[in-house]
Amino acid sequence: MAVLRVKFTKGQRDKLAQMLWLLNWVSVMTGIILFSLGLFVKVEFSKKEELMADRDFQPVLNLLIAVGLIACIINLLGGKICYDCVDTNKFLRWKLLILPYIICSFFFTGCMLVGALMCYSMQEELQESLAEGLRDVMRYYKDTDSPGRCFLKHTMDLLQIQFQCCGNRDHRDWFHIQWISNRYLDMSKREVVDRLHSNVEGKYLLDSVPFSCCNTNSPRPCIQYQITNNSAHFNYDYLTEDLNLWKRGCHQALVEYYTKLMHSTGSTGLLIWLFELSILTGVRYLQTAMENVLRQGDPESESDGWLLENSLVETARNNFNILKNLGKINQIDTATNGDPNIDKPSTAIYGNLFNIKATAQKI
Amino acid sequence: MALLKIKLPFQKRVRLAQGLWLLSWVAMFSGAVTFAVGILLKTELVRREEVMHNNDIHIVPNLLMVVGLASVGINICAGKVCQDSLDTSRFPRWKTVLIPFFCVSLFFTTMLLIAMALSYILQPSLEESLKLGLKNGIRFYKDTDTPGRCFQKETIDRLQMEFQCCGNSNYRDWFEVQWVNNRYLDFTSNEVKDRVRSNVDGRYLVDGVPFSCCNPASPRPCIQYQLLDNTAHYNYEHQTEELNLHGRGCRQALLNHYRGLMNTIGPGVLSAFLMQMSVLLGLRYLQTSMQAVGQENMEVETEGYILEKGVKETVKELKEEMSRFFQGQVDAAPPAAQPKAEPEKAAMPAS
Repeated sequence: MAVLRVKFTKGQRDKLAQMLWLLNWVSVMTGIILFSLGLFVKVEFSKKEELMADRDFQPVLNLLIAVGLIACIINLLGGKICYDCVDTNKFLRWKLLILPYIICSFFFTGCMLVGALMCYSMQEELQESLAEGLRDVMRYYKDTDSPGRCFLKHTMDLLQIQFQCCGNRDHRDWFHIQWISNRYLDMSKREVVDRLHSNVEGKYLLDSVPFSCCNTNSPRPCIQYQITNNSAHFNYDYLTEDLNLWKRGCHQALVEYYTKLMHSTGSTGLLIWLFELSILTGVRYLQTAMENVLRQGDPESESDGWLLENSLVETARNNFNILKNLGKINQIDTATNGDPNIDKPSTAIYGNLFNIKATAQKI
Repeated sequence: MALLKIKLPFQKRVRLAQGLWLLSWVAMFSGAVTFAVGILLKTELVRREEVMHNNDIHIVPNLLMVVGLASVGINICAGKVCQDSLDTSRFPRWKTVLIPFFCVSLFFTTMLLIAMALSYILQPSLEESLKLGLKNGIRFYKDTDTPGRCFQKETIDRLQMEFQCCGNSNYRDWFEVQWVNNRYLDFTSNEVKDRVRSNVDGRYLVDGVPFSCCNPASPRPCIQYQLLDNTAHYNYEHQTEELNLHGRGCRQALLNHYRGLMNTIGPGVLSAFLMQMSVLLGLRYLQTSMQAVGQENMEVETEGYILEKGVKETVKELKEEMSRFFQGQVDAAPPAAQPKAEPEKAAMPAS
């Protein structure tokens, strides 16, 4: 009882082959699209790698790139096979190769599905990684004289300007860290010394933020120092002022950006997976139809195509038996007490794919 | 004495027609690219039009767009003519159209050269326009409550951050303008009153700059106020401090940006021009060599040339034709027909 049996006339077979050839070429294009999308996402992640702590997102991204590349190769081969399927003579060339090709493609589309689904699962890790990374960058903001950290100020400033955000959760994060290096603090001034003594760790804390937090939409010149002190500025109320600095935190801004990126990549991957799967189904039908034509002997006749020759359960059982018997090739037959000279024909049945009768030696 | 006459046997004519058909497709593609490039340049200019005083420079992208479109049309026609030249029954319908077609095509192709020349000639005008535009932008920076000018602050801030520049020529331009709105100045304080009284116009001038002038690459937190006062900041000397603010002026930054853009476009436009000219030249040779081919015998060898007579003689003939056309207003048709018949009669003995 074949799975999803369909009858194909000669004309329908030819049309199927031509359509599959065309679809394979379209699929090469989509493979290239997936490959370049993977590259783009990899570049975007590497641009902000200083802001991401520890977590390794490389496996998912590398998988996407590899999948895109392999899709191109597989579909090029598929296109060639389908092109040759119209002519039964040329089909004979590919006869032995087609089934392994279909099996490989099936597993490969499985990989593609895994890759696409992994894109959706990255959100949690991304959030944690960004929270940690941003916290570290803000902590080392002032260390422009330490090798290995001297560029972090530049990175943070450009991030806040580009993504229009301030601090980790919001601008108050800057109040809890010392973001002005000691090199620029006049230790002889009382005010500076007081501030340093006012907290346990001896940090110079201010209610101020760097200039990159300033909102360009504000109607007044930016107020970055003494933000919480209403009397320090004319006509200013800290609690009602909302256009002065960027309201959003950089953590939220970055998470939104990267989540959107990964979700669109994942959706594209899923669409391409569906497309590949449909092409694979078509190739399977074409293969079974062509084999049946050869079995019938008449190239112009109608033939059947199917996904599986027997039902799913039977095919699974047969394949399991094949695997079991593969292990028994070297075993001696214990029914005859290990004597190889007894006249007993033995048959080895390897399922429906091959029928091999092996007769034992006759004395 | 024809200009650059060459003999064209039948095979060569066929080759010429085929090669020209292919070339016309390439030229059409380059025409489309010219159009796209014109759109790109126009978009870039429109994005910054708030800091430009006049729109003189817009003629360059406009020309590029028009010529690009015209070039696509011209090359489609040229391709069609090449296809028809191999078929004697279809070619005669092009015979009357080709001369005006050449004139129009030459006109549009020279427009390309003019566009390139203009992009260099108009650069001083662009600089002036930017100078005035930026000056106004800086002047109206504080007027965030005046309709029509309220966007200037945001424009200038974004410009300074994106192009990494400060002020018109340099950061000192901000010292000469009041860029803090009176709404945010406490007129009861003595410091404000002193500053306002210290100059004739009663403006609040500071030696400070807006935050958008700050350079993110600076190792220390940005110093934007009291820039000329070394004692106001610890370990600070304004004469030697380089990284604190953006060093260059926005006028120079924008000029460099546009110059770079036009220099990149230049070679592309030049190659489009050369391609178009070669298509037109080939088409002229094809046309003149096909003139002598009759309905009956396609395989005859003919001659092709650019101009039937030399340059001077052709110019003289054109002048005579023009004067005859303007003098003989009443019977404009017959005199116009006669000079046209003469070159054709002259072409027949030549072949």
